[in-house]
Order: sequence, then structure tokens, then C-alpha cells
Amino acid sequence: MIHSLFLINSSGDIFLEKHWKSVVSRSVCDYFFEAQERATEAENVPPVIPTPHHYLLSVYRHKIFFVAVIQTEVPPLFVIEFLHRVVDTFQDYFGVCSEPVIKDNVVVVYEVLEEMLDNGFPLATESNILKELIKPPTILRTVVNTITGSTNVGDQLPTGQLSVVPWRRTGVKYTNNEAYFDVIEEIDAIIDKSGSTITAEIQGVIDACVKLTGMPDLTLSFMNPRLLDDVSFHPCVRFKRWESERTLSFIPADGSFRLLSYHVSAQNLVAIPVYVKHNISFRDSSSLGRFEITVGPKQTMGKTIEGVMVTSQMPKGVLNMSLTPSQGTHTFDPVTKMLSWDVGKINPQKLPSLKGTMSLQAGASKPDENPTINLQFKIQQLAISGLKVNRLDMYGEKYKPFKGIKYMTKAGKFQVRT
Amino acid sequence: MTDSKYFTTTKKGEIFELKAELNSDKKEKKKEAVKKVIASMTVGKDVSALFPDVVNCMQTDNLELKKLVYLYLMNYAKSQPDMAIMAVNTFVKDCEDPNPLIRALAVRTMGCIRVDKITEYLCEPLRKCLKDEDPYVRKTAAVCVAKLHDINAQLVEDQGFLDTLKDLISDSNPMVVANAVAALSEIAESHPSSNLLDLNPQSINKLLTALNECTEWGQIFILDCLANYTPKDDREAQSICERVTPRLSHANSAVVLSAVKVLMKFMEMLSKDLDYYGTLLKKLAPPLVTLLSAEPELQYVALRNINLIVQKRPEILKHEMKVFFVKYNDPIYVKLEKLDIMIRLASQANIAQVLAELKEYATEVDVDFVRKAVRAIGRCAIKVEQSAERCVSTLLDLIQTKVNYVVQEAIVVIKDIFRKYPNKYESVIATLCENLDSLDEPEARAAMIWIVGEYAERIDNADELLESFLEGFHDESTQVQLQLLTAIVKLFLKKPTETQELVQQVLSLATQDSDNPDLRDRGYIYWRLLSTDPVAAKEVVLAEKPLISEETDLIEPTLLDELICYIGTLASVYHKPPSAFVEGGRGVVHKSLPPRTASSESTESPETAPAGAPPGEQPDVIPAQGDLLGDLLNLDLGPPVSGPPLATTSVQMGAVDLLGGGLDSLMGDEPEGIGGPNFVAPPAAAVPASLGAPIGSGLSDLFDLTSGVGTLSGSYVAPKAVWLPAMKAKGLEISGTFTRQVGSISMDLQLTNKALQVMTDFAIQFNRNSFGLAPAAPLQVHAPLSPNQTVEISLPLNTVGSVMKMEPLNNLQVAVKNNIDVFYFSTLYPLHILFVEDGKMDRQMFLATWKDIPNENEAQFQIRDCPLNAEAVSSKLQSSNIFTIAKRNVEGQDMLYQSLKLTNGIWVLAELRIQPGNPSFTDLELSLKCRAPEVSQHVYQAYETILKN
Repeated sequence: MIHSLFLINSSGDIFLEKHWKSVVSRSVCDYFFEAQERATEAENVPPVIPTPHHYLLSVYRHKIFFVAVIQTEVPPLFVIEFLHRVVDTFQDYFGVCSEPVIKDNVVVVYEVLEEMLDNGFPLATESNILKELIKPPTILRTVVNTITGSTNVGDQLPTGQLSVVPWRRTGVKYTNNEAYFDVIEEIDAIIDKSGSTITAEIQGVIDACVKLTGMPDLTLSFMNPRLLDDVSFHPCVRFKRWESERTLSFIPADGSFRLLSYHVSAQNLVAIPVYVKHNISFRDSSSLGRFEITVGPKQTMGKTIEGVMVTSQMPKGVLNMSLTPSQGTHTFDPVTKMLSWDVGKINPQKLPSLKGTMSLQAGASKPDENPTINLQFKIQQLAISGLKVNRLDMYGEKYKPFKGIKYMTKAGKFQVRT
Repeated sequence: MTDSKYFTTTKKGEIFELKAELNSDKKEKKKEAVKKVIASMTVGKDVSALFPDVVNCMQTDNLELKKLVYLYLMNYAKSQPDMAIMAVNTFVKDCEDPNPLIRALAVRTMGCIRVDKITEYLCEPLRKCLKDEDPYVRKTAAVCVAKLHDINAQLVEDQGFLDTLKDLISDSNPMVVANAVAALSEIAESHPSSNLLDLNPQSINKLLTALNECTEWGQIFILDCLANYTPKDDREAQSICERVTPRLSHANSAVVLSAVKVLMKFMEMLSKDLDYYGTLLKKLAPPLVTLLSAEPELQYVALRNINLIVQKRPEILKHEMKVFFVKYNDPIYVKLEKLDIMIRLASQANIAQVLAELKEYATEVDVDFVRKAVRAIGRCAIKVEQSAERCVSTLLDLIQTKVNYVVQEAIVVIKDIFRKYPNKYESVIATLCENLDSLDEPEARAAMIWIVGEYAERIDNADELLESFLEGFHDESTQVQLQLLTAIVKLFLKKPTETQELVQQVLSLATQDSDNPDLRDRGYIYWRLLSTDPVAAKEVVLAEKPLISEETDLIEPTLLDELICYIGTLASVYHKPPSAFVEGGRGVVHKSLPPRTASSESTESPETAPAGAPPGEQPDVIPAQGDLLGDLLNLDLGPPVSGPPLATTSVQMGAVDLLGGGLDSLMGDEPEGIGGPNFVAPPAAAVPASLGAPIGSGLSDLFDLTSGVGTLSGSYVAPKAVWLPAMKAKGLEISGTFTRQVGSISMDLQLTNKALQVMTDFAIQFNRNSFGLAPAAPLQVHAPLSPNQTVEISLPLNTVGSVMKMEPLNNLQVAVKNNIDVFYFSTLYPLHILFVEDGKMDRQMFLATWKDIPNENEAQFQIRDCPLNAEAVSSKLQSSNIFTIAKRNVEGQDMLYQSLKLTNGIWVLAELRIQPGNPSFTDLELSLKCRAPEVSQHVYQAYETILKN
């Protein structure tokens, strides 16, 4: 099981270590540093590194490496999932997960880590249970604690810890009872030079924010549940009901949680809401290149596309760019060769465009690789797959909750090749 | 007011200050001090000196302070064992606390203090906690048993904790069950032999119930444990699969992958005709695809596993090619894995898409990725024949980019394409030659040289090209040197007139100036071949090469089956069985997929069919009696028929062994200086005795070598014996022997003139004999034989002469004539010169034939005093064309099953029993079966001759 955890910042300092079994010397991280050196970029450090006596499994998030040390055959996904859970928990506790914040709260971090694993076995990883055990720091609580001498460690066994609904504690009370659901879909797509779709898929999630008194039992039904053939559920969802009736029936966790994630694959037709027209040409032997891109709406179901952002990693040979956007602002970093253009809203009557020239390294040959354009955008009030919630019912409690559903479509990894 | 202040106290006397604060009366100050201590500890500072002061703070009702002290204790108890004893009392007291949280905390912490003295005190509280009324305490105690076992295994066994732990598997609380399973699994891992997790249908049922209710991590433990169970029939397997399937929709990817493992393993038992089988296959695809939308680290592990799954059951993901397309900002480790899977899924249906993608990737920035993409194009060409042309033109486009590493990679793969589709794409050679100068990597250079050598006859300036490489011969890597040597020899054989000097040069470079044994030996082989028999050399060096297989990097089926049992583990990430990398000391049990067995209704007596019995797919070949045939069948069909049959190694073995045997005879009877007149025989010194397979030479090199030597079979040659003494033949003495080489038989004669007059006009004739042996050419003695002169002649023989049965069978009557008289003599030839090269029988054939030949035709012989092991025996015999078809080990005896064929088409089957490792018993027992039993005696003699020489 998980032996130890090291937190390493981008400059290669170990700033926190935690051991759940015997102490493993931090020199084991030297193997990690070697691998880090070999991989030119932090993102490319391999997640599984063997050393003579241990295995190092790592995730890289928020510019911090979370490196777990294991000694025996342990499912690596288990370790990696756990590490991601650690990061999520830190984020949940402190709002952001960064080196200074972790250092600021080192004792809480240490207490939380101790609760999350016992002898390397996961103990409490549900955020609501953890929060009952170790209360997250707030300014008010810090002040109160200092005055009264009370602690931020709960002295009662968390109620959720052993119940059949570990995600919910008993005795929850709210004055305003509300249940909000966000249907968020991200489009991952690769569009080729000519504008035709190579792959497109939708990664969708339904995030819930439920603040309901007592032990409510909710049922959520869809207009078109057949869209959902590849789904992953929060443990609260009753799988049998879904299998037989295609409705989601569950006792919700308290607060915010991800109810469901789904995947609409390439076989079904995925609508592509934007197109990019591009004309990027490097001419041999000339020190100037032409650059022109235009973004326009495609299949938007009548909604407006906003929050459009275009980024592209230009080839090394590009020294600088002189461009004029028809709207929005753009920047080009001559060091990293990163071009980004913050477009904003797309007005279908007047399509946004970015035109100009690139100055190329004189004498150098035409770059081998063409830049790929990365696109970000948002469409409010639309789930691009067409998924629609039919109704939400509540049983088990008497009061009438306030219900709300929001839809949104975003670009995930949306790439246009040129 | 943040904790970061704890990091800044680095001044001297810090420990001293902390000590004072720890002993303060004020609770708040104490707590602050402990926090500072913990903070120092987390950043790796040594604060062990404060041990007594911190332990003093333990007796408190403030839970946070208590926890902090516990944290400290766990870290430092080991370095201060005597001090740690001070804490025991508090622990024992806490284990009785009314608050379950405190009880659990105490037992949990005690287990983490790895000090022997403390563990003694731990036993009683632990026993109580294992039976605690509160499940939270029980589940914590379960893990504690595993901790204790790690510290002192004997103690845990003596105290009977393992049994208590086993009882917890039936606990009413699913979390307790999950933790008990986890603890038992961990203990079992260090004791692979112990039968801790004794799974039976009842306990499986309990686990499946707990599976639905426990936490995600508990589900992983339970699923991994389920995967070790072998259901008794397909019914049970199906019902487990049905109950595991819902886990595929879990949000935790580790749960999903563990569920996939269970399903992949149990699916093996389900009949393919079952509707459920198809349903299950369909259900597996979506969760695997979903894993690819997770974080890159998770994707990586998922991809490594999908790589295995795709090899085992390609049908699952065959329609999902697109999800493996690479995004430009994927981390490199994800990109490379995706590419690998793309090739595995490539088929005629999707090849156009795949190629378009690969071409796109070949223009990316990352060099490693680009190289692999180019290589992938070549693999597509080899895998999908219809796409070959398109692939080649894509590669040519890429070569035109002139990007150095792209060109080199492209040339390496084009070489493979030439191997797969000979004489189809040679038109591109010109383009390749243009890029000759830019190649600086050994692999690319070697590939290019191979192409030039292979197609030397079509490249006008092949000699110039090769000569240009020869200039820096000694600076090249071995791979290039070997390839260059072979290529120049090929060139010479194709265009002998203008390249003599070149070949002399390379041979002397390789044999005289090189320290590399591989290179030197290959040089000698070629040299001797060329000097002895240029025709044979041509046959050897320019032999037709075996086609290369479609997928070169497939995992061997047995290993694949084992790895399928390890889906989701480190083994699946490394594609190696755990025994290959898990640290020593902890033995690893090999896992294997369950055999496909029918449910109790469908077979008549399922109880009597053991799990490993051959499935009833080929009932007609299975004999009823448990005789040799049955055993042999077991050998052939024994492993569960799953996936492709096991690869037999005997095929490759042949070529390698022949190298040894063939070479001996090649060196032994080298007729000096009678080959091409242009050759000087190589210096006889420094010919290394062992000529195993060349080490470290590239695959393509091996092809040249092995395919060549494979046809160069040389049988054992007896020393020459005097057949006709001089006194009987008016001064002519004839001695001779028989040889068989490269499929041709010859009679090696030595004629000596012991008379006082010159002898001329030699001629030879054979009487009719049992196998129709006859001279294939007239006896040629070029010059008159002057007195006291000796001449050596090799007379080629064939077996198309007239046949008459002789007594004994191998008797040969010969007449030799010269200008003096005609002389008659008779000789016995060894039967093994009649054993043909294609005497290797197919296994199935062998079984059928063995059964077919009546038992009275079986002859038994003993070969006395032959202290050889099975390998040596079969390699010796193989060089005389007696082929080992199967080998089996029965009660310490090696049984070899062999076949041979005579020139007249008679098959002889043999069973050879060897007792290795028994020095006092060196006799071999030979049973021969043949439709013409009269040859058996002579075959036996041949065996004896070969084995004893």
C-alpha cells in the first residue's frame, strides 16, 4: 500500500513529506529528479518510475508534484486516484492548492493526511467526513480557537463514516432548502486542415449543489436518457433503478458533488459549434510569413458563443508577429512563441478575425511543423448533446425545495490543425 | 496567524526554546509548541531530542493535542524505543475509552509504532478491539493486524489474529469486510504459500454483497481479491460477472479497472456462443474509453492496460480507433502509448484514417514521437497489405522533407517493407540512395547497407556505395560492420567480376583487424564458404529469406494470459510478470487464466474432469488409453486452448544448433585450396570453437546468417577407412568415407598409388543396391597418378540408380577401373547419409503415424555409455537430419520424440529415453517404429555412430 508521500515544487524542493509506514529516506526522490531532468517539461515526467527498492507514482497538479512511494505490488490507478483525491481535498479545504497555502496550513495538512490513510489503506477520503474530523480553517474559527482554546479537531466519530450513506451526515439543517444541478458538457475535438472533423466527443458532467434538510431522496429523470450509454456515477446513485428505468434515484451528498459524468462518443454525431478559417503560410527564403485566422459560428442552436479564446504555439522560427484583431486583444510571447487572442463574443454579422505578418528567422528553412490552434469557448443555456432534464422529485421530506437546472457547453481539448 | 511561521524558526537554540514551551503550564502554549515540533518534523528537521517532553503532553483530553503527539510518536518511536515505552500506559487506557474515535485512534497509533517492546503490549487491546461493538473500531483493528504482521509475523500467528481476521470477512458491516480483505491480501502477499484467503462460493457471496455497499477503496480490495478466485463452472463465472458489471460505471477509475480485470479473467470461462458473452464484450468498451478522458497519469496506466486487452480481445475496442488519436498537448508518455494501440487496432477498414493521422504526427515537434510515428507507418504497411503502397508513398513524402531523423527512421522501416513484400517497391531505391550521406545513426546505416546488398544487381553503383562505407569500417558500430560484410559478400556473389578486390578487403578487415568475435566469425564463415564452394556460398548467402511476421512486438501468449490476470497492477504497466521485478524474498505465485469449462449440465461427469484437462474441442485425436500418445497429446494440447496456440521453440532451435554442427564439418574436412582459384584459404589460427548465435547483432543480420546456415546441414562423417588394400589391387589403395552435406551425398575417396608405374584412366561403377545409390558424375582424376602420390576426390552420388535389396541392407559393391585393371570391393555405408533434410514430421502427423504403425514393427535398442543430455543429443542428431519433434520430462527422464526420412521416402519414428543427472546410468533407450522394420537395425547403428562421435 501507499508508503510515503512527498510534495515537490517546481524548483525541485521537497517541502512536505508524510510517511504512513516506516520512514523512507527522501533520497528516494533522487530517482524522481533524474526523471524530471530527462523530461524537458514538467507535464512529461512519467507517472510511474521504478527505483531499486520502491516505485514512485506521481501526479502533477497546480505546479506541484505529488509523489507517492510504494514498495509492493499495488494497483497504480488506486495510488494515482488517491493522489488526485488528496489534491482535491486540499483545494476543498483551503480554496487553492499551492505551496504557500500548504505551508501556511501545514498542521491541518498533516492531520488531514493522517486521516486519509492508515497504514497505507484509505481511511476517510470523503470530504464531508474529513471536514467533521478536521475542521477546515476559517478566519473566524482561528480567532475563536485562540480565544476559547478549543480545537479544530472534531472529537466525535463522524456519522457518515460507517453508515450505508457515507456521503451524508445525519441531522443536516438548512433554512433555505435548495437543489441546483449544472449540466456541463465539454467538446473534445480534432479538426483537420480542411475543416472536417477527425474526432469529436463530448465529456459531460452533472454537478450538484444540494442544500436540503434531513434525509431527502431525489429522483432525476431525463427527456432523452438514451444519450447516456457510457456513464460513471457518484456512489449515491442507485444503479439498479438506472438499469431498469433510466432515472437517477439517490440520497444526495450534502453540498457540492459530482452526481454523474458521461461520455458521448464519436459514433453519435457531435455538433461542432464553431469553425476556424486559417491561412498561415511560411515562405521559404523570405523573412515574412502571412497569418490570418477567422472564427465563426457553425451549429449553435441559435445561442451565442462567448468567452472565445484562441491560443497557438508558433514554431521556433517565428521571431515576432505583427497582427491586428478585428475585436478583442492579442499577445505574442517571443520567448515561449505562444500566441493568444482573447476574442470574447462572436457576432455572426461581423466575424472576428486576426490578420497580419510573422517575421521569421532569416535564412532558416521553412518550419517542419504547422502550428495547431487551440480553441476555448462557452455557450450558455445549451447542452450540445441535446441532453435535457425532464423533472426532479423529492421524497422522504415534507418541505418544498427550490430547484434549478443550468446548462452549459464548453470547449474541452478543442484543436484545429493547420 | 498561519503555520508558515513554524518554518522560519531556524535560529540556534530553537530546540531549547521549544523544550521550555512544551513544559509550559498553559495548554495553549503547549499546543503551539507541539505544532511547531510537527512542522519541523514534516520538513525533515530532526526534533527527536524533544521526545520525552512531547510524550509528556500525551495525557490530555484535548483530542487535537493528543493526535499531534501521536503523529510525533509514530515518527520517532523507532529511534527512541526505551522512551516509547512511557507511552504504552496511555495507549492501553485509551483503548478502553468510551469514545470509539479514541479507541480506534489508540489502536491505530500503537500499530504504527514499530518497536518490538510496544507490540507485546499491543496484543491484548488489539484482541478486544477486533471484537469491539463499534464497526469503526473493528475496521481499524483489522488494518492493525496487517501492521503487526509486518513487524512480527510470528506473534500474529501465535496469537491467532489471522483466524479472527478471517472471521471478519463475514462481518455485518461492509467496511469491516473490505478492510479485513485488504489486510489479508497484504499478509498473503508476503506469504504466497499460505492459504489465507480461502475463497469458496459462500465467502464469494459475502464479498459480492459487501462490494455493493463499501467505499470505493474497499471495492478495489474486494475486486482484486475476487480476481484470484476460480469459479467452478461457467454458471458461477457468469453470475459473478453479472454482479461485478455495475462497477464499470463507477467514477473511480481504479474500481473500473479492477472490475475489468475480474471480467476479463472470468470471461475466459464463458462459452463464446453465449448471448451473455457478447453482451459483456459490448459493456467493456465504454468504460475503457471513458478512462481516456481522465487525467493524463490515469490515462497512461489505462493505456498500458488497454494495450494488453487489445492484444487479448481485439474485438472489444475495434470500433474505437478515434479515441486513441493523439492531441498535440498530450504528455509524451500518453502519446507514445496511444500510437502503439493505434497500430494494434489498424485494419483494412480504418487504415486510411490511421495513415492520415500518422502523417500528421510525423510533422510534430517532439523527436521521439515523430520517430515512433514514422515507424508506425511501416508497421501499418506490414500489417495491412492493402495499405502497403500508400504507406510507401507516405514514407517517400516524408523522406522528401529532408528532416534528418525522419529520413533515417523512414529508411529503417522501408527495409522491413522490402522484407515483407520482396520485389515490389524497388522503384524507390533511387530516392533512398540520394539520402545516403545524411545517415548517421547505426540502425539507419545498417538498413541502407542491407538494401544496397540485397538489391545490388539493380543498383548500378552498388560497389561504389558500399565502398564508401568501407572507408571508415573500424569506426562503425558492430551492427553496421556485420551488415556491410554481408552486403559486400552478396554483391560479390551477384557481380563477381568487378568486386573481387572489395570482398577481399572486407574479409580481411573483418577477420584480421577486428576484435569482435561475431564479426570475425562471420567473416571466416563467408571466407571458407567462398573458398570451398562458391555455389554453396550463393545458396547460403542469397537464400530466400523467411517472411517477417506481421506484428513484431506482440506479447507472447502465455505471458499475455498471465498479464491479463494482473490488469491494473504494476505488472500490467511494465508488461512483465511480477516475478520479473518484485523484490526477492517475496515469492510470487504465477497466475493463469481459468480454462473454459462447461457447466454441470452440459457434460456427463464434470467432477472427473480436472481443471487443466484438455477441452473437448478435438475429441477425435484424444486416445482412450493413457499411453505415450495420450501423453504426447497432453504435451501438445494440454494448456488451456485460449488464444493462439503456444509457439514452439524447436523451429528456431534447429537453425542455431545447425550452426554448431554444420560448422564443425565445414572446418573439419576442408579440402584445401580447391575452390575458386582466386581465394587463399583464411589463416587457420584463431577460429573460435564456440559459434553460437551472434550476440547483439541486429535482427536483419540474424536472418542472413541463420537462413543461410539453416540449409547447410552437415551429417557426421566417419574417418576414412581403407576399402581396397594396395596388395589386392596391384598397387592402388583406396580409402574413403561417405558424407552428406547441403542435401547431397558424396563419397570421399583417397587414391594412393603404391605401385611403381603411373596410373591413369580412372572410372568407377556401383552394383545395384538397396537404396539406388549411384555416382552422379564420372570419377575425375585430372592428372595421371604418379608413384607414391595421393589424390583426394569427392564423388557426388545420387539415389536414382537401380534398386536391389542387398544383404546386409547397406552393402555397396563397387568396381574401380584404371589403366592397369578392374578391381572390385564392397563397403557398408552408414544409413544416416540417406536421412533427408525434410525429415521433420508435423506433430499431429507424428501422433497419427505412431498409432498407425503396428506394434510388432517396434524395435528396442540400447545405446550404451552415452553421457549426453537431451539438448546435446538432439542437436547432435539434428545435424544428421534426425529431428526432435517433442520433448517431455517424465519422472526425471527426458523423452525425445524424433522423426527421420530416408531418401526413398521411408519414415522412421523414434522415441529416445535419456536419464540426465544420473552419472551411473548413461545408457539411452531407443524405440524405433517404421513400416519397413528391416531398416531399424541400421538406423540404430546410425544413431550410435552419430551420438558416440
